[in-house]
Amino acid sequence: MSAPVVTRATRASRVAMIVAALAVIVLALAPWWAGRADLRLMGEIFLYLSLACLWNLMAGYAGLVSVGQQAFVGFGGYMLFALTIFGGLHPIVAILGSGVLAAMLSVPVAALIFRLKGAYFAIGTWVMAEVFRLTFAQISALGGGSGTSLPVDVVRSLADSRSGREAFSYWLALGAAITVIACVYLFLRSRRGLALTAIRDSEVAASGLGIDIWRTKLEVYVVTSAFTAIIGGLLFLQKLRISPDAAFSVNDWTAFVIFIVVIGGIGTLEGPIIGTLIFFLLRETLADFGTIYLMVLGAVAIVVMLKAPKGVWGLVRDRYDLELFPLSYRVRTKKE
Amino acid sequence: MIEWLNAIVQGVLLGGLYALFAAGLSLIFGVMRLVNIAHGDLIILAAYLGLSTTVMLGVHPFVALLVVMPAMAGIGYVLQRGLLNQTLGTDILPPLLVTFGLSVILQNALLEGYTADPQKLSAGSIETASLSVGGLSLGVLPLLTFAMAVAVIAGLQWIFYATALGRQFRAVSDNQDIAQLMGLNKAHVFGLAMALALAVTAIAGIMLGVRTSFDPSIGGGRLIFGFEAVIIGGLGNIWGTLAGGVILGVAQTIGAKIDPGWQVLAGHIAFLVVLAIRPNGLFPRVEH
Repeated sequence: MSAPVVTRATRASRVAMIVAALAVIVLALAPWWAGRADLRLMGEIFLYLSLACLWNLMAGYAGLVSVGQQAFVGFGGYMLFALTIFGGLHPIVAILGSGVLAAMLSVPVAALIFRLKGAYFAIGTWVMAEVFRLTFAQISALGGGSGTSLPVDVVRSLADSRSGREAFSYWLALGAAITVIACVYLFLRSRRGLALTAIRDSEVAASGLGIDIWRTKLEVYVVTSAFTAIIGGLLFLQKLRISPDAAFSVNDWTAFVIFIVVIGGIGTLEGPIIGTLIFFLLRETLADFGTIYLMVLGAVAIVVMLKAPKGVWGLVRDRYDLELFPLSYRVRTKKE
Repeated sequence: MIEWLNAIVQGVLLGGLYALFAAGLSLIFGVMRLVNIAHGDLIILAAYLGLSTTVMLGVHPFVALLVVMPAMAGIGYVLQRGLLNQTLGTDILPPLLVTFGLSVILQNALLEGYTADPQKLSAGSIETASLSVGGLSLGVLPLLTFAMAVAVIAGLQWIFYATALGRQFRAVSDNQDIAQLMGLNKAHVFGLAMALALAVTAIAGIMLGVRTSFDPSIGGGRLIFGFEAVIIGGLGNIWGTLAGGVILGVAQTIGAKIDPGWQVLAGHIAFLVVLAIRPNGLFPRVEH
């Protein structure tokens, strides 16, 4: 007679972890094997991957569907510029500082927009992002509506040589993506993550079990806002130039991120990774078509939402019962 | 003093335009609990359809409404039955993301078809005509827009509460399943609601195009103004939406009076203040 055991890890997830670890090592060595353009593209991919994971945590797990995350991307970018130019801080310190400031700012923001439900919450976040954009456009010290560039000495403080800077900002992007994925994974495996999953499945049942729904959502909102601002700082550290329209662009920082998560598979950890790869594959092959490319992207997202709401990863998981990041529990009968 | 009074009066009239943006949004939320993120882009689509009609037929923009309103209503019915009906359910994610995707598609399709150059509908002498009332100079066009908004909202109110179609709208809004049992085809009723909403959107788009220049990228901003008017006025109250539009318009013109760069920001701040003090809006519908 065999006793049933409860496990989380599977053979697939163990293999995936080993492959992921090897991939991280190979990617960390990229400055020695990749060209400059590739390095830049990969840096951008990692930052988009981070944004996608964060948006997925909010929308896919906490039910907070925001179309205003550009508020915090832009805020982080502007704080990088403000804290280095006026505060004289090192860029890395400034970026981490922008995360702390964003967390503090997100509490009163949440107090207001959490009053809106569902789809109205979504548009409320967009209003907030517009308030941020218009406010920063009024600050003449940061270039007002036309924006400003990062001074040369701030850029130099990262590394002396150009290749050194490029490698450094690449590692920052890689590090950010790994940190975000690891944090989201560990959070979802924790007790609070379980509470969050319960809320996603049924708010009524979750609150019946004693979960403070408002508070759990607030925690997720604050943490995602802080991380989003940090990613925003890193994005504009790559660009070296900021303007209100670029910093608070709904297309760049929210539409693309939403498409990535929806196409990859919302509410799964693997989804944003697959989605990011598909998104950049499409972008690199179709970018010459400009507006047509965006229309195709929008159409693909609509079709996926209607025909396969769990995205590409959802299809794979249903077909092969795969889970690369072991979040669920499995009961198995142990073979003697 | 008279300058401030003037700003307030202009704001009230501007509020008429925002109420037109909001009326369609309010209608479809009321009937099928759908929040259409593409609403602003549909307003811009109507403005461009108006442009094409005036150019091709050589008619006045207001005459073009005779073409644009049925065209938008048709688009609305097809869109609802062909696409949006499939997204309705208890999950809020599909309608939100599908209309978001639609917004991106519309925006880029307009960009492809009409380029990014700003366009304007030319309405002739009415654009600059004004009436002088007690020291205030009131533009005929803003007055006409406001009158149109009042007429549209009164018309919607009448349709909702005095016609068979309105009874069907209220029935599916109250309980879809029982409405089905009573012999209504909810897919068809929803299609009609969207057709009506987009006919109103056609008016909003033409009035916008006559008043200011427009380009494919400004839809999001119009959605936000309409949304703010709905929330300020209170969900489900269509006259409240007019009041919300007026409050938003006045906040914007007063903001612009203080500093031209503050116009839009002042409107957003007014919205956030209302949200902080009265989360259900100023005139929420009494739940029965």
